[in-house]
Amino acid sequence: MSGAPRTRTVVLALLRKEARVELRTFESIPAMTLFSVTTYVLFHFGLQEDSLTGKLASGVLWVTLLFAAVLGINRLFVADDEQGGFDAFLLSAADRTALLWGKALALLAYLVAVEIVTVPAFALLLLGVGIGQALPGLLAVLALADLGVAAIGTLVGALAVRTRARDLLGPLLSLPLLVPVVIAAARASTPLLSAPAAALPARWLLIMALYDLVFAVIAFALFDFLLED
Amino acid sequence: MAAALPLDTGGPYVVAAYLVFVALILLYVAIMAGKLSRIERELGELTELAARTRSERPEEL
Amino acid sequence: MYGKRLRALALMTAAGLTATLALVFFWAPNDATLGFLQKIFYIHVPLAIVTLCGFVAGGLMAIMHLRTRNPRWDVRSYVAIHISLVFGVGVLITGSIWAKGAWGHWWVWDEPTLVSFLLVMLLYATYQPLRFAIEDPERQARAASVFAITAGVFVPINFAIVRLSTEVVHPRTLDNISGNLPGRMQVVFWLALASVALLWVTLWRYEMASKHARAQLRALRRLLGGEDDEPLRRSAAPSISQAGGGH
Repeated sequence: MSGAPRTRTVVLALLRKEARVELRTFESIPAMTLFSVTTYVLFHFGLQEDSLTGKLASGVLWVTLLFAAVLGINRLFVADDEQGGFDAFLLSAADRTALLWGKALALLAYLVAVEIVTVPAFALLLLGVGIGQALPGLLAVLALADLGVAAIGTLVGALAVRTRARDLLGPLLSLPLLVPVVIAAARASTPLLSAPAAALPARWLLIMALYDLVFAVIAFALFDFLLED
Repeated sequence: MAAALPLDTGGPYVVAAYLVFVALILLYVAIMAGKLSRIERELGELTELAARTRSERPEEL
Repeated sequence: MYGKRLRALALMTAAGLTATLALVFFWAPNDATLGFLQKIFYIHVPLAIVTLCGFVAGGLMAIMHLRTRNPRWDVRSYVAIHISLVFGVGVLITGSIWAKGAWGHWWVWDEPTLVSFLLVMLLYATYQPLRFAIEDPERQARAASVFAITAGVFVPINFAIVRLSTEVVHPRTLDNISGNLPGRMQVVFWLALASVALLWVTLWRYEMASKHARAQLRALRRLLGGEDDEPLRRSAAPSISQAGGGH
């Protein structure tokens, strides 16, 4: 084997770098979290409701998460673009897929970190039913949704970052692509968050899993083309 | 012949839908017509340019 | 050469569309439940199908572009998406007219075709701004191809998901009746579909021929030693370079 480092080593190194940058600059996670909680407050005033159940609860939860995710997607590649991280990576002998893995896992980590705070916040501020019984199902939905956002977000982030209007194009590109995730996630969580709680509809989980798989494959296949220059 | 357009039920809507279709096509044709006339104009200019070049430097052409 | 079969195509398209219109209004029976309004179906659904296929075709051409690195494929993809966008506007407007006639509102969430089209159009509306935001033509083409492929995959999947999520409470949506059509209606529908598909192909070739001609003119101008009369502006539209010659 030539001097090329193993992909797993590269991915771990990238993740460590992301963690260090995030802990030093606090660019993504605090912003996403704060944004989510503020949005819950906004919804309280906008909808003029003290507590939500069923469809409304599901909708508010997922739309807020979606917008927070878009914030994260926007920031994902910005540092690399501005400080030459792309060139440095390309010059190294590392497999380019490692960058995709590294960034996708980082985005996934951001989403999980944000959800650890915001989902309880949602339960506290707006949810009209106890979150206890909903939790296992909700965790499954959250996991699948996060995977989809990570795959699509990394691809779109890489696509938008080297354009002139990256802050606009990022959301404009990712939101339509993420709508099916919201559709499925909202449908799946509505029975969980309803007043007499109902069972998790498995078909929507299956749909989400398939959607995630398809776009993960797409991201894999196309990411390389975005890195060239 | 079949029935005339039933104006009291769906008639106007159906007509409107098909009119939109026709309008879109015609709009497209109009835009392409603009491009075509521009091509024509450029072609004329280039012919002129070629004629001028030929008369100035007959040995090169 | 894109103009070669253009005349035959255009004539066939014209014949097909005329025959379709005639059959729709003079031969196809009125639907039992929906009445005369149902006739919108013969233009709305073929437009929708052809638009979706057009976007997917744009994605396939983009795949060819990334594989062969030939800029011609990028132009083909661009034109395919461009034409599908125009058709897509037609889908939204005719669908809205149908909604107004059938439900009384200019927009209904009960029509899965309409809803998924709104999403698809929102996505593809970013295609041109994306291209415009990247100056280097090669990078622009590559980014556009990545987008076209991603979006092309999204189109059918999104359509399926929106359909699944639409409550089948109202049994009279346009999609539902397109399932089982009685004899005459089927014939007219297939003719309409074929004609609209032909129209798409004709317009595609039409636009490709126009772009090709402009590119050839530019090359000719350069050969004759004239200066480029238009300075190279930043543009969202790709142009066929002369690196290849014919079709």
